[in-house]
This record gives sequence, structure tokens and C-alpha cells, in this order.
Amino acid sequence: MLDYVKRVILVLSGKGGVGKSTVSTQLALTLKERGYKVGLLDIDLCGPSVPFILNLENQSVHQGPEGWIPVYLDNEQRLGVMSIGFLLGSRNDAVVWRGPKKTSMIKQFLEDVCWQELDFLIIDTPPGTSDEHITVMENLRQVPQCGAILVTTPQEVAIEDVRKEITFCRKTGIPILGIIENMSGYECPTCSECTNIFSSGGGKSLADISKIPFMGSVPIDPRVGKLAGQGLAAVKELPESTTSKVFTNVVDQLANGGL
Amino acid sequence: MSAVPENAPQHCPGTQSEDAGKVSACAGCPNQNICASGAAAGPDPAIQIIRERLSNVKHKILILSGKGGVGKSTVTSLLGHALAARNPEVNVGILDADICGPSQPRVLGVRGEQVHNSGSGWSPVYVSDNLSLMSIGFLLGSPDDAVIWRGPKKNGMIKQFLSEVDWGDLDYLLIDTPPGTSDEHLSAVQYLSNAGLDGAVVVTTPQEVALLDVRKELHFCKKVGVKVIGVLENMSLFVCPNCKTRSEIFPATTGGASQMCSELSLPLLGSLPLDPILARCCDDGRDFLQELPSSPAVIALRSIVDKIVATCDKNSS
Repeated sequence: MLDYVKRVILVLSGKGGVGKSTVSTQLALTLKERGYKVGLLDIDLCGPSVPFILNLENQSVHQGPEGWIPVYLDNEQRLGVMSIGFLLGSRNDAVVWRGPKKTSMIKQFLEDVCWQELDFLIIDTPPGTSDEHITVMENLRQVPQCGAILVTTPQEVAIEDVRKEITFCRKTGIPILGIIENMSGYECPTCSECTNIFSSGGGKSLADISKIPFMGSVPIDPRVGKLAGQGLAAVKELPESTTSKVFTNVVDQLANGGL
Repeated sequence: MSAVPENAPQHCPGTQSEDAGKVSACAGCPNQNICASGAAAGPDPAIQIIRERLSNVKHKILILSGKGGVGKSTVTSLLGHALAARNPEVNVGILDADICGPSQPRVLGVRGEQVHNSGSGWSPVYVSDNLSLMSIGFLLGSPDDAVIWRGPKKNGMIKQFLSEVDWGDLDYLLIDTPPGTSDEHLSAVQYLSNAGLDGAVVVTTPQEVALLDVRKELHFCKKVGVKVIGVLENMSLFVCPNCKTRSEIFPATTGGASQMCSELSLPLLGSLPLDPILARCCDDGRDFLQELPSSPAVIALRSIVDKIVATCDKNSS
């Protein structure tokens, strides 16, 4: 399984709505801009967001001789994407499944997708520490070079759930590459006053307490929010933004073996 | 909806399925004959127990959203406080069905409390005289403890919460759920199917990426026959505390909740603005309604609560 994948990166968070899918897609796009071959697997079965964010809705997955062929974002096929969203008839369809069915779907995603050679496989996950996560961890146990990036927002109520996710990673033995803090402040476009809507500094202090590398704070930037739905990389469209700097930094570290 | 036992073989069709005991996955299962005879096909006895246990609860409301982090728990706690503050004679209970990420103990300011077990069941934790809470958060030893459970174990916990908590006489029971359309949601709906569920309040934020998941949740409600009391839009506008400029942090590029509600002919209960002080109150477990009784969020909340109460009253009459 995943024999031709050099590195697997899981994007995790105990909390929902903190930006896992945004981080996953921006990370994948940044790596692609750098010339790597990247795969992005969305295992959020009940709420797949990746097809929308990358503007790939209405695309479909084809069955090839060696397995499912992912949907490619670009003609050079440097970013392949797999999500349950591609298998649903309508974007409003709900996947009302209990655990065992979700488990077998994820196994299929891990075993039957023909990624070809990949430098990085990014796996976007749903919130929590349940079926999807346990299944992915169990199956990735044999895969070397696998690590997790945790995403949080600064409020205590999010940090609390992310602490549970850290425990989960430690129990299942997956190395944590670092923590990214999202939505850390909002700069008013009129008066430039920065408001910490969801508090501030929570991600950094969590990283310090848990002795996990801190990868940076991404502010609330409506310009980045608007990239969702277009499949554009922040590093290309908004090279001056803090978001782009954080992702450039993360990719630098991944590239030179710092992580 | 058929129950799959915790120790069932993979691809078990569920004990209540028509195929129970008859598909290839059943071969070798020790219970194959029982399933095939149809003895297990009857309704789960817990449904009846839950009906009796909750017979003193007048209104049961699910708080749902397909998307995470849109404010289900915040809205649940605000509704709980607002319903309880409206009339001191009204008793409100909150059940936190988010097993992997319980937020209610923090948001309601009762972290570290203990749940006691007595002859009549588990006693919930009282936030105020007429507001009580039950959450798995009270059963964990440390805030770092992760609940690493697959579906069947989560279902068992929800069953226990519904059948064994001694709520006393309640006017409203609000059930806070995790994001998605999976085990917790199916179980809650299934177990409450005979107990008289009033309906669901669906929470969303304005941006398309959230609405996308919320439409799935509405589809789920339709599939399983849960009435939608209304949709509540959270984080709709942000007012800069310095210059009072209003900005859309999560822009409603597709018309937001109001557009979605008119497309699907659902009632829009109202919109709550993004207020940093509200976020802070949630972190500290303070009652936002008492802290800032005249803020736009509280005013909007009051009218939302009026609508929910009106719908519930109509249901019971």
C-alpha cells in the first residue's frame, strides 16, 4: 500500500472548522508550486470540502487498470485529488453512514487509488478521534515517513479538543511534525486595528507545553478565504500575505529535512 | 438504520437488517442463526426505556450542523441560558452528544465537576437552578484524555446518556451534537424516535464551504424524518471595536443562510454577529447574556429563542 509515496502527512485537529481543509489544500498547492508531485486524499466522508475549495466539483473519478485514477488539478498531473465528493451524485447528497461503512471506504481510498509516484501525500481528516482516524492510523502503521500536522485556532475551547488529538497521536505512535495556529487575528480593512476575535497565542503556548514545534500563526484573511472555491495557491496569488509566508516556511522545512 | 454490534464481523449488515444472518459476512458469526431466525429484528428495547425515561421532558431539540466549528456548542449554551433566564420556572437540560470533543463543560463554566450515580440514575451537573448538563467531559480523568472510540462504543454511550440520566422534570432538553451525519446523529435520532423529538435547530456560518456541509445535514434530516425548526446563521458580521466598520469575515458568496433557506423553504431563525467578547465568554464559561445584556448578539438571540419556543408550543398543542 502506498509503495510509491515518499512521505505521508496527516492534517489533524480534534476541533471542527479550524481550517484543516484550508491548510491541507494550501499545503498541497504550495508543494505543487515548488515542483513536487503531490496527492491530496480527503477522508472526511460526511463533509468533504476539498473538491469545493479546489474548484473540482462535478469532476469524477475513473476506474483504470491499476485502480481509481484521482482527479488532477493541473494538466501536468502534479496535484492529484481523491475525495468522496467525486463519487456523490449531487453536492447536496448526505453520506449517512455508520462507522464500519466509513472504515471500508477509507481502506479502499488507501489501497485502491492509483497515485503513481508521489513526493507527498496529504491526508485531510474530519474532526475527532474516531472511526476515520483509527482506520487511517491502523493502515498507515506499515508506511514509513508518516507524520501529522495539527491545526488549531487560538481559543481555549479549540485547544482543549486539540490536546485530545495530541494524546491520540501519542497513543497511536504517529510523530507530530508541528502545530499551525489558524484564525489568530483580524485586521480591520478600514482602520487596521487588529482584533483577536478568537483570542491569541493559544497555539504557541500549546506547542510549548506539549513540546511540539510551532509552525506559525495564520491570521484571518478574507482574501485567503476567497481563494477557497478557486483552487488557487496563496503563495502565488498573495505572495506578501502572512499566510503565504507561513506555508513557504513549512514547505522549506519539509524540503530540507527539518521536519 | 440497523444496529451493528460492537464485536460484529466486518461488513455485518446489522441485526435489524432484512439480510441479517443471510449475507456472506455472516458466515462463521456465532449469532448467525439467531439473526437469520428474525429474533433480533424487533426494535431495540432501549427505545422504549428511553421513551419512559424522557416522558417528563416536554420538548427535545437537536442542535445540528454538518460543519464543525460553526458554533453548535456556543449556540446550544446560549439557547440554554436564554431559555432558563426567560422564566425561572422553566427547567432546561443540555446533553452533550459530542463524545470525541465535548465542549459544553467549558462553555458553561462547569469544568472539573463530577457526575454522581444514584439509584435513579446519573445526576446531571447543575449550571444554575434550572439549567443542567450531562457530558462525557465529566467522566474523563484529565482534559488531555482522548476518547478513541469507534462508532458502536459511541452509540452505547449515547444510549446510556439518554436512558440513564436522571433529569427530573424538564421543559427543554437541548442535544448538542458533533459535526457530520454519522453514528452519533443516527443513534440520537433512532433512540429518540418514540420519545417525541420536536425537531432540529441547524447552525451554519455564511460561507459556501460551510453551507455545503449544512445542506448535507438538511438532507439527512429529511432522510431520517427529523423536522427542521429552523436555521441559525452564526458569525454573520463583524463590527470592528475601534472604528465600528462592519465587515464580512466569512463572506456569503452564495447568499448565505437566507438564500439557502429560501431555496429549501426552511425558516431562518436569525443571525448572530461575530462578537469577540462572546468568544471570550465561551472560553471562560461566563454567561454572555448576563455580561452584555444589550449587545446586538443577545438581542438577536432573544428573538431566535422566541421563535423556537413558539414552534415547540405549537407542536405540543
